[in-house]
Amino acid sequence: MSTAILTPADRKFHPLRDSATMLRRNLKRMLRYPSMTIMLIGMPVVFLLLFVYVFGGTLGAGLQGGGGRAAYANYVAPAIILMTITATVQGTAISIAMDMTEGIIARFRTMHIARVSVLTGHVLGSVIQAMIALTAVIGVALLVGFRPAASFGGWLLTAGFLVVVTFALVWLCVALGQVSKSVETASNIPMPLILLPFLSSGFVPTDSMPAGLRWFAEHQPFTPIIETMRALLMDKPVGNDGWIALAWCAVLALGGYLWSKKLYNRES
Amino acid sequence: MTISVTGLRKSFGDHQVLDGVDLTVPPGTVFSLLGANGAGKTTTVKILSTLIKADAGEARVAGYDVAREPDAVRAAIGVTGQFSAVDKLLTGAENLRLMADLHQLSRAEGRQRTARLLERFDLTDAAGKPAGTYSGGMLRRLDLAMTLVGRPQVIFLDEPTSGLDPRSRREMWQIVRNLVADGVTIFLTTQYLVEADELADRIAVLDGGRVVAEGTAEELKRRIPGGHVRLHFADEDQLGAARQALAEATREGEGLALRVPSDGSLSALKTLIDRLDERAVKVGEMSVHTPDLDDVFLALTGKATEKVN
Repeated sequence: MSTAILTPADRKFHPLRDSATMLRRNLKRMLRYPSMTIMLIGMPVVFLLLFVYVFGGTLGAGLQGGGGRAAYANYVAPAIILMTITATVQGTAISIAMDMTEGIIARFRTMHIARVSVLTGHVLGSVIQAMIALTAVIGVALLVGFRPAASFGGWLLTAGFLVVVTFALVWLCVALGQVSKSVETASNIPMPLILLPFLSSGFVPTDSMPAGLRWFAEHQPFTPIIETMRALLMDKPVGNDGWIALAWCAVLALGGYLWSKKLYNRES
Repeated sequence: MTISVTGLRKSFGDHQVLDGVDLTVPPGTVFSLLGANGAGKTTTVKILSTLIKADAGEARVAGYDVAREPDAVRAAIGVTGQFSAVDKLLTGAENLRLMADLHQLSRAEGRQRTARLLERFDLTDAAGKPAGTYSGGMLRRLDLAMTLVGRPQVIFLDEPTSGLDPRSRREMWQIVRNLVADGVTIFLTTQYLVEADELADRIAVLDGGRVVAEGTAEELKRRIPGGHVRLHFADEDQLGAARQALAEATREGEGLALRVPSDGSLSALKTLIDRLDERAVKVGEMSVHTPDLDDVFLALTGKATEKVN
């Protein structure tokens, strides 16, 4: 056995291998507990159907240039896509909190492993889970009348952008999951993330909102993120929104990462 | 010394949990930290296993300072806490392989060690079932098996049998004895005196954040004059007569029984019987009690009165 020759102080860290091990653990957990993934897909799909078929006719008529239900399906799709991501990251907060309440994290903390791998395992697992959920939700959107104009390149850019957005929000939720004292709080703390898409340009154009709300909607991160998605999917120029969205993602990812790391290393 | 601790202090807010703890544990022995709930046992284990930092004092485990070289300490130790540290969604075998992967074992080596540990801990039949379906005893065995995957030099067992049924507790004891036979050093905390008596080479009694006594089980028992003879009587008259004959006796609650301090030797018993005979006191039952670790524990932690009364 090779490890027996090394003294404890000589042992090296293997962050990549440890992260891969933790990722495998999280993927296995997702397979054992598929109801979570199904819920992540179901919730945005229900909102999609609601907004396209119940509100879509009226809301679509109010869009610039009118257009009714068909135009509204195109308008609301990016917001539903973003909801899929926020639902997934809420799930991340819950599973982190579940981990924390069980003894396994304490075990990991007393083991000679790359510490951050516990968190990166969750982050990578959630990004994969989000991509699966997004594929399913976009598929349903296409079935109910979403007609994007994006070329293959546009789709690739969209996919890349969605990974970036998910990555940023997951890190935030890894911190929120650790802050929570229980699984219940972990499912409540990220609620603003679920609500924020409604207070953005996702469901109705911001210029239809009262002044104060409009100011908030135009300056919160989800509006540039949705506008960027909309432009990419509809093959329109992205403009400044793309950079503003990426800047927000960078801030959220870095802030979430540093906060998470600090929380993970705090005393238990 | 595999573990050496000097002047360890830790407080949480205003609450002083450890108030200057000193301990030494020689290699290849079982050391038991004995104490009631809240005595500071788990806090001590958390500090020694690098989970939390002490406010003051020094602690070395396997030759490394827990505060300055936590990574080296982590590479040398294994910890099984009182709350099962297993992934309940994964199967028993998957939990063990997870540990093997985290210890950078090759796939073949990992599988081999997993199979051997499943066999040794009698978990082979349940290997493919999610750990969430395991009984308390099985969970504890899996937990300890996971700790052993990395072949630690020092194992911390924090109340390893709390909440287990008597059979599982005995199985756990046997497992611990086998570990010592392999040359591992074990640091065990428990609130069960029997457990410390059964397993430990040395015992330290922790009370109010301090070590109030340390030694082998025998040494500790010798320190306490807890031996007595218990006399049981048929009625109040006989009991009253006996109390007149034996001034040193104390009554056991409201019952018809007296306790007479005694070392339990034959001559002491003979003297006692003679004194009772002189007054023609009829004794219903008589039994000799030598001090056990319970007496030691209760006496040392200042709760002896509860037991006597």
